[in-house]
Amino acid sequence: MIRNQLLICAGGACITSGEKSVKDVLVEELAKNGIQDEIQIIETGCMGACDLGPIVVVYPEGTFYQKVSVQNAGLIVSEHLVKGRTVAELLYHEPASAKKAQTSEEIPFYTRQVKRVLRNCGVIDPLSIEEFIARDGYFGLGKALEMGRDEIIKMVQDSGLRGRGGAGFPTGIKWKAAKEATGSPKYVVCNGDEGDPGAFMDRSVLEGDPHSVVEAMVIAGYAIGAATGYVYVRAEYPLAIERFDYALRKAREVGFLGHDILGSGFDFDIEIRIGAGAFVCGEETALLRSIEGKRGMPSLKPPFPAEAGLWGKPTLINNVETFANVAPILINGAEWFRSVGTLKSPGTKVFALAGKVQNTGLVEVPMGTTLRELIFDIGGGIPDGKKFKGAQTGGPSGGIITADYLDLPIDFDSVKEIGTIMGSGGLIVLDEDNCMVDVAKFYLEFTVDESCGKCTPCREGTRQMYRIMERICNGKGHDSDIEKLKSLGKVIQLTSLCGLGQTAPNPVLSTIRFFEDEYRAHIEDKRCPTHVCKRLLTYSINPDKCVGCTACARQCPVQVITGEVKKTHSIDVDKCIKCGLCYEVCRFGAICRE
Amino acid sequence: MKSLEELKRIKEQTLKDMDLRQAKDRGKVVVAMGTCGIAAGAKDALMAVIEELEKADIHDVQVVQSGCMGLCDREPTVEVSMKDQPSVVYGDVNDANARRIVHEHVQGGHVVAELVIKRGNI
Repeated sequence: MIRNQLLICAGGACITSGEKSVKDVLVEELAKNGIQDEIQIIETGCMGACDLGPIVVVYPEGTFYQKVSVQNAGLIVSEHLVKGRTVAELLYHEPASAKKAQTSEEIPFYTRQVKRVLRNCGVIDPLSIEEFIARDGYFGLGKALEMGRDEIIKMVQDSGLRGRGGAGFPTGIKWKAAKEATGSPKYVVCNGDEGDPGAFMDRSVLEGDPHSVVEAMVIAGYAIGAATGYVYVRAEYPLAIERFDYALRKAREVGFLGHDILGSGFDFDIEIRIGAGAFVCGEETALLRSIEGKRGMPSLKPPFPAEAGLWGKPTLINNVETFANVAPILINGAEWFRSVGTLKSPGTKVFALAGKVQNTGLVEVPMGTTLRELIFDIGGGIPDGKKFKGAQTGGPSGGIITADYLDLPIDFDSVKEIGTIMGSGGLIVLDEDNCMVDVAKFYLEFTVDESCGKCTPCREGTRQMYRIMERICNGKGHDSDIEKLKSLGKVIQLTSLCGLGQTAPNPVLSTIRFFEDEYRAHIEDKRCPTHVCKRLLTYSINPDKCVGCTACARQCPVQVITGEVKKTHSIDVDKCIKCGLCYEVCRFGAICRE
Repeated sequence: MKSLEELKRIKEQTLKDMDLRQAKDRGKVVVAMGTCGIAAGAKDALMAVIEELEKADIHDVQVVQSGCMGLCDREPTVEVSMKDQPSVVYGDVNDANARRIVHEHVQGGHVVAELVIKRGNI
């Protein structure tokens, strides 16, 4: 008889922070106390609060234990499960208050979320098809197979679901086009080539609830008349591949894939294709080439994949998160889907919160939620009392949302108006210590690296932009550089072949738009206001404050700080490598950084 | 699998296994599992309560453990708090008494008077 279930988060982040060894300790302790037959341990997908991991939740109470380690995991068994005493030291409490939360329902990070895409992540065992079914899994498929194909497509269209991969194209229109396209066979493709630095929405769905994608792909295949589906996942996601592959095998065993699905006479199967981690393969035409076994390079649209996709045949391609939305729409209807979100962007969006924010992790909120709610209410605000400066959405293809727009309801269209994109949901929070020129340079460096080289504006243009950014950060910027960046950026946006090039200048253009004074400080005053760009810094010692403690001299890796004990020290500015160690170790504030 | 009926059967079956994870709002049975409680047989009481609830197909009552309530000479103690009713603490709850409490109090709604130590919240 099972009296308690222990849910351990086995998402990527928790595994990295030691989930496996915590689980081993729990198993061992259960056996030691002779209660291994009364307590069941279940590993789930990502629970979202990644910075609190490893997370263990004890049911039926729902007690939420965070930052569990090998050292203290035993307490959950010896105290909670044997003696019935909550382990207070493992409970979560708000940084500002001493009140401890017993369950996740008392943690603001969770209470403000609306979980639709992540409905099963962290709740079920991703390896159990039965648990997925218990949460209404495959009932959407069951319903779809009883509906007409046009009826399914109409429902998806009526729901107003838009592509969660970033561009926000209406999903129903894609489905309709793929159904109406002539040509056979047709294909369904799932884009799981999540490439934005810091984004892991799709990975978490594939790891935590793989069947939700399988189910939606079968529905899509039925609706458009395809018999084969491909899931394209990057090789950097081994766990997602492993769990998805397991899900496919299970679905085949039970009969949700293969011949005559649920007695409907419809045949469908799915294969996994593993990508080699090229960012450009997230672009749909490049992804299709990669599945074909060719080099992942984009091609001109039209023809769109719906007309001529895989091997020139009609192909429906949607992103992981888009697919994860499909089955609940079929079960609950289009109106239900529209009950949250904004008029033109209904539903929810999953964001990966990262950067300078208290609670990092995966959050799902209704479209139209403001940045303030996301960062301050759910994210817990900026650590160390620093000031919020901006948030980068859309990764290397997006731009900055500044403090002036904290109360803007975020959806596909509103962010476009202020020069950025929704993107796939990466949200990097920046504070007053971040140099905007440096941030833009970082993203540009990424796209320069990832440009496939097929078209000139992207291949050459981004590289030239990067050179300009580099010289600005090195104190060698020209007065005309800002104008040059703007005009070059515009040309690249307009003339690049695919989305990668068309959006690559966004981070630079958006930071120029909102932080031009910071660019000017770098170019005209040769100064980095946030002291990030090393080449623009000079370290010196203030003789009035230096007591001659020798701490800096001992730390200096290049030994250019000289001075006797109890006498004022000095730095040889020409030889200084500007590592900043002296600045950090000085307890008297005697090191000046300008 | 060839039909929706089969799908529904799997759902019903699995929901039972996932029962511990569902919200339970009809009431709560708390078994005190301090050292004193365990020594007096609280573990048997706990498992008996879980077993009887399962037998009676009751899935909306939560069974949890607590530390010592401070009534060490009347251990094992069990507190039953059904929704909208004052909670009741029972003492000397052995296996048989635990089953009786589930039948009479949780299921039948009648407090087992002779085992009561205290009515109302501690």
